[in-house]
Amino acid sequence: MNNIRTVFKRELRSYFATPVAYVFIVIFLLLAGAFTFYLGNFYERGQADLLPFFNFHPWLYLFLVPAVGMRLWSEERKSGTIELLLTLPVTMWQAVVGKFLAAWAFIGIALILTFPIWITVNYLGAPDNGVILASYIGSFLMAGAFLAIASCLSACTRNQVIAFILTVVVCFLFLLAGFPLVLDFFSGWAPQGMVDAISGLSFLTHFSSISKGVIELRDVIYFALTIAFWLYASAVVIDLKKAD
Amino acid sequence: MIETRQLSKHYGDLTAVDGISFKLEPGRVLGFLGPNGAGKSTTMKMIAGFLAPTSGSAMVCGHDVIDDAIAAKRVLGYLPEGAPSYGEMTPRQFLDFVADVRGLSGSQRTQRIDDVIGRLHLNGVLEQPIETLSKGFKRRVGLAQAIVHDPQVLILDEPTDGLDPNQKHEVRALINAMARDKTIVVSTHILEEVHAVCSRAIIIAKGKVLADATPAELEQRSRYHQAVSLTATDVPAAKAALARVADVAAIEIDPQDHRLTAFPKPGRQIFVAVNQALQAQGIAVSELQLESGRLDEVFRTITQGTGKEARA
Repeated sequence: MNNIRTVFKRELRSYFATPVAYVFIVIFLLLAGAFTFYLGNFYERGQADLLPFFNFHPWLYLFLVPAVGMRLWSEERKSGTIELLLTLPVTMWQAVVGKFLAAWAFIGIALILTFPIWITVNYLGAPDNGVILASYIGSFLMAGAFLAIASCLSACTRNQVIAFILTVVVCFLFLLAGFPLVLDFFSGWAPQGMVDAISGLSFLTHFSSISKGVIELRDVIYFALTIAFWLYASAVVIDLKKAD
Repeated sequence: MIETRQLSKHYGDLTAVDGISFKLEPGRVLGFLGPNGAGKSTTMKMIAGFLAPTSGSAMVCGHDVIDDAIAAKRVLGYLPEGAPSYGEMTPRQFLDFVADVRGLSGSQRTQRIDDVIGRLHLNGVLEQPIETLSKGFKRRVGLAQAIVHDPQVLILDEPTDGLDPNQKHEVRALINAMARDKTIVVSTHILEEVHAVCSRAIIIAKGKVLADATPAELEQRSRYHQAVSLTATDVPAAKAALARVADVAAIEIDPQDHRLTAFPKPGRQIFVAVNQALQAQGIAVSELQLESGRLDEVFRTITQGTGKEARA
């Protein structure tokens, strides 16, 4: 546990040692605000909820989370610090989990800084704050799933641009797994059971059910399993690719 | 203590390291020599627990580097090739991080960190991001993290690469000072370093151990071992005088500075006889030297399989 904390601390601090963190947070807040008020018609709807705010989170994350996650392992590989890190008395999973949690916490900080919009909606009306809390939790879980994918793909290459693009593509597929764009590709030849299974993998479906205010165990388990799977894959990929 | 048994690493068809076995006791400094791509770094990465061997095993202080990896990594300090470190951190933050992972705490932690900062003269740069430091300082930060926990075993991949002569001298002095109770492996291209720090040298090429001896023993393999070199004003006369010494096997004249070198017959010593012959003939000599052997020549002979035959 101590080692995870040490790796976590170092990694989180490194985000704030460069302008990257501040640029990311400012862009995230600006975009979240712009989407909510202009595309989401926050005022025109005349409803006291944050649906227009949370509806755009999956699309914001699609580009911003890979930008946070792309450096997780590819930078370690490029600078050679991976050799340093993995010859310290730290196990592979401690390193993978510590780094992942740091990036996740960083996105959590950005998410918490959206609190003015919560104040705004409470000032304007009487929203159901339980639903808003559930949506925040759902959004954070979804960010974790995106980030776990980014962790694994960042371990595949020492080039951060490649890691970014691959992550965006894979996240896009997971986001839309329940929609015709992805399902049509399978429905022609795959058995119906498999098509249903793929559509069940959609981030959007699970996120929208949480953001209705019901935190169902199966949605939480879904995100937890997705994170666990991609982190496990990260460890496997790092082990395979560290030699080159 | 380090022990490797038939340590090997293959990448597909390529054999990077091919059955390297050696055992190293505390108090010894092993110099790892070899041309680029010989497998030095790969061997060190396997001992440090970064790469898994394809076959064979390595033990550090009795801990297998694969089966008991964390215990092996605890007693080991490792400077990877190129001394990588986190560029955005300052040396102070970086050493704090390594000390935390190494489980140092309390006054021991403060004392150890202060000790390595002092030893490697990092005081002036403690609060600057590492990426802004010179190559020499980066290397010293890498060395500092390798020794911050006072490890029993040290593996240093080219510790003096990129340092200026003064810094090289300091790092060698540091290695010598630590050598008394530690087991140290150093890889290097610089042959003078073998003399300066190593009590044993292993020469590898194409992943195989080609020689394993003390630096003095390696020098004895040189054809220059016990040879006598001199600079004379009258070169032909000096050559004639040398030729008359009974135990001289061959004489060479350097085409550039006309320095003469007389090679002894195997196992003979010719210095005294040469000296007497020159004096008897009244030949003026501006310089006279007994050669102990040339490591660079031995290195070439061993790693290329040429040298003696090609040049004789």
